[in-house]
Amino acid sequence: MSRYTSATETDRQEMLAAIGVESIDDLFADVPEGVRLGRPLDIAPGKPEQEVFARLRDLAAKNVSAEDEISFLGAGMYDHYVPALIDSILSRSEFLTPYTPYQPEISQGGLQVMFEYQTAISELTGLPVSNASVYEGPSAVAAAGWLAHTHTKKTKFLVSESLHPHSLETLATTSAGWGTTIEMLPVVNGLTQLDEVVGDDVAAIFVGQPNFHGAIEDIAALSQFKGSALLVVQADPLTLGVLRSPGEDGVDICVGEGQTLGNRLDFGGPSFGFFAASQALLRRMPGRIAGETTDVDGRRGFVLTLQTREQHIRREKATSNICTAQALNALAGVIYLSWLGREGLVELGELLVSRTHYARETLAAIDGVELWHDQPVVREFALKLSKNAHEVVEFCSARGVNPGFAFDDNGLLVAITEQRSKADIDRLAEVLKEALA
Amino acid sequence: MSITENQLHADPSIEAHELHPQRSAVIETEQQRDHAKTIYEKSKPGRRAFVAPELDVPKHELPAKFRRAEAPKLPEIAEPEIVRHYNRLSKRNFDLDSGFYPLGSCTMKHNPKLHERVAALPGHARLHPLTNPKRAQGALELMHSLQVALGEIAGLPHVSLQPSAGSHGELAGVLVTRAYHEDRGDFRTKILTPDTAHGTNPATVTMGGYEVVKVGTNADGGVDIEDLRAKADDQVACLMLTNPNTLGVFDANIEEIAKIVHGVGATLYYDGANLNAVMGKTRPGDMGFDIVHYNLHKTFTQPHGGGGPGAGPIAVSDRIEPYITKPQVVKLEDGTFDLDFDRPKSIGRLRGFQGNFGVFVRSYAYILSLGGDGLQEASELAVLNANYLLAKLRELGVTDLLPPAYDRLCMHEFVLSGAPMKRELGLKTLDLAKRLLDHNFHPPTVYFPLLVEEALLIEPTETETKETLDAFAEAMAEILREGAEDPEIARNAPYGTPVRRLDEAGAAKRPVIRQPL
Ligand SMILES: Cc1ncc(COP(=O)(O)O)c(C=O)c1O
Repeated sequence: MSRYTSATETDRQEMLAAIGVESIDDLFADVPEGVRLGRPLDIAPGKPEQEVFARLRDLAAKNVSAEDEISFLGAGMYDHYVPALIDSILSRSEFLTPYTPYQPEISQGGLQVMFEYQTAISELTGLPVSNASVYEGPSAVAAAGWLAHTHTKKTKFLVSESLHPHSLETLATTSAGWGTTIEMLPVVNGLTQLDEVVGDDVAAIFVGQPNFHGAIEDIAALSQFKGSALLVVQADPLTLGVLRSPGEDGVDICVGEGQTLGNRLDFGGPSFGFFAASQALLRRMPGRIAGETTDVDGRRGFVLTLQTREQHIRREKATSNICTAQALNALAGVIYLSWLGREGLVELGELLVSRTHYARETLAAIDGVELWHDQPVVREFALKLSKNAHEVVEFCSARGVNPGFAFDDNGLLVAITEQRSKADIDRLAEVLKEALA
Repeated sequence: MSITENQLHADPSIEAHELHPQRSAVIETEQQRDHAKTIYEKSKPGRRAFVAPELDVPKHELPAKFRRAEAPKLPEIAEPEIVRHYNRLSKRNFDLDSGFYPLGSCTMKHNPKLHERVAALPGHARLHPLTNPKRAQGALELMHSLQVALGEIAGLPHVSLQPSAGSHGELAGVLVTRAYHEDRGDFRTKILTPDTAHGTNPATVTMGGYEVVKVGTNADGGVDIEDLRAKADDQVACLMLTNPNTLGVFDANIEEIAKIVHGVGATLYYDGANLNAVMGKTRPGDMGFDIVHYNLHKTFTQPHGGGGPGAGPIAVSDRIEPYITKPQVVKLEDGTFDLDFDRPKSIGRLRGFQGNFGVFVRSYAYILSLGGDGLQEASELAVLNANYLLAKLRELGVTDLLPPAYDRLCMHEFVLSGAPMKRELGLKTLDLAKRLLDHNFHPPTVYFPLLVEEALLIEPTETETKETLDAFAEAMAEILREGAEDPEIARNAPYGTPVRRLDEAGAAKRPVIRQPL
């Protein structure tokens, strides 16, 4: 079914005449006979808008979302409230529909957003350099691995056992052709163990903050042992109002998943990845970077800058292959941070700390529940259950409470957001008690 | 032209956009222009938008050694001013909903409004990616249906939706190629890319751990077969190709190319950025490609968002299937859907979770709306529009100074060379592009492909009207007429835009990439 096009029969005839061919098929003359499809695509005929809407509404209705249950699922993406002004601003065509800002004179809005976003990420991470976004969290970790490998020319990655497993897997997949190896750093009672300076064959050390099991790592202590390697921290940006900034603890690269900053869950994406680094790594950064400059009349303006790093200029010598990234999601991020504001980020972080602590204490008091570790936590914690965690999740879910992510046969990761009240936590405790009884 | 640039600069009371009054792409008054303040510069301590939920549990504090001493200097600003700030910024952008955007290789077709509505349904938008598959059946069914449809369009049955953009799909393609060869004990070191290739192709090859070997282009704009034959050896893992290529030329030798590549045991990779030319007409799988990536943010209408999000799924042939990413969405015998993690030969994952699901919703809605027949018609009209626009430019004499790089029928896009214009009028492609801004058009892609001197790559897409194409051709003709009289006008363009030409060299030399606070 023709849709979203305007060519009438008369238009088509006039256009073909202007081109000097008889039919549209004549335009495909270069396609050799042997590779023509020669039959209609085996895809159902097009449908009117209301029917497409109904089909998608019916599919959406088959999912049990955070709208339908009390959910404590996290493990990398979190059900935070997305304020209405984000929907309103992101739905503006001027943000939604342009391409990457290749023509700065008519893209000042998008470019200034990138500049403001870079500033916010730089403030959060305490690192001077941020790019304008990468795809998402785990691939940002892999991108940091590539930077570290090409910068240090070294071939070993040390990865904490408490790094998000998706990040570890993505790093392993992505690095298959680099000639690098991955060695694991053990975790004891929630914390990554490193007690001597790493070898000079190490390109980078990867740690989560908070880590996958919710524990706050002592980044300052770890950084003492980084030697000539780069210390890469995957951080949850929403915790950086209350946690020390990675930059002040000697971190070289801080990356992470930006979903917690004003982006929907969307079953895993699109969100954005952030990528911040020390000044020394500026010219090694992947992706787009916006910079401030002036126009011929001396007016302030913004452009994509340091482009000689990028694939369209440097091709096989580029610092990365990234082209399309996550600009719209990064815009959501910077609007969210402006909406929270300087004080709000801290207040929200403090609320999470208090509620998470309450939840951990309340749940740990249940028979059959132990703490996975007893380190301080911000917004998520890991429990050891006396029963199979997958079965416990099923039991609770059937009662309208999704207790979290079963990361192990007995391990349950429970996440708290500002949308989970004390009453919700108490309800979780009730259901969990029943499940373990 | 009565007033020159010199007079303009001599008399500050004359405003540039009054001198060359055009239907400028994005107009701002002088007063608005001087207010390029960032949100940080509008911040004042004590202002706020956020109201925290009540603390309904005992207060708990983090140990002091982990606590941040000074809060990050985020803006302090109330909601009305946040909204005004970003609304005002939005007005400094040109966008597809406001005008023609013939950015070659980017397929700037209409983004249907329905898609935003369906992507925002709470069952999609608030679905957590780690929800038990049993309770995410709608999402998995959607993904599976999209996989089936994309597989049919490419003629390759196995689709991985995971990669996040075109270049991420390329990386997936290179990595499955490596896994395929190494699984056979076959270790290879090189990947071939044509000199017309997009920059992401060679960049991806390097990130995949291979050496880039360039293949030349023949007089018709296709792969130089002799050069390919000379370079294809048993160290070559893959040839990455787009067909039609970035010159808008369909390579009629594709069967021969596939034979040569397969003859040395390499894979043939299809960069799907140009898939919009051939849906329902021919399929990469039928041409002999083993792996293809799609740009859902091009062919399948995901809005570009000013630089993403997108999605770059790949489809592969049977022999490559064991290696694609995991988890994979599968349909079980009982008709339900699941995530399959048990894929021992898989390269693993390339990102968190299952991919950019919100993009899948939009692209699936698009495929449902158009259907097989509509997709084919979309490609036909994309090719018709491109050829018509080229014919119109010829009719108006534009091609005298901007000749097509390959003088023949094109597919969904075509390349002009600004070399004669530069010689005759002293105008560069860049000048022409900047002057187009004063005519309310987004310029074509410029200086790409690299092979063509002063290149302009023009892709109108199927969703544009004949009237729009006519108007664009007229504007091109007018700029050339004007340039013949007074090239200074285009050389100093644009005039009516929020800013004029920017000092990009200065920005790179002394990078200011964040607001000092
Ligand atoms: C021919 C071609 N290949 C690859 C890409 C890369 O796609 P993406 O930007 O989605 O990574 C592009 C996009 O600009 C392209 O035009």
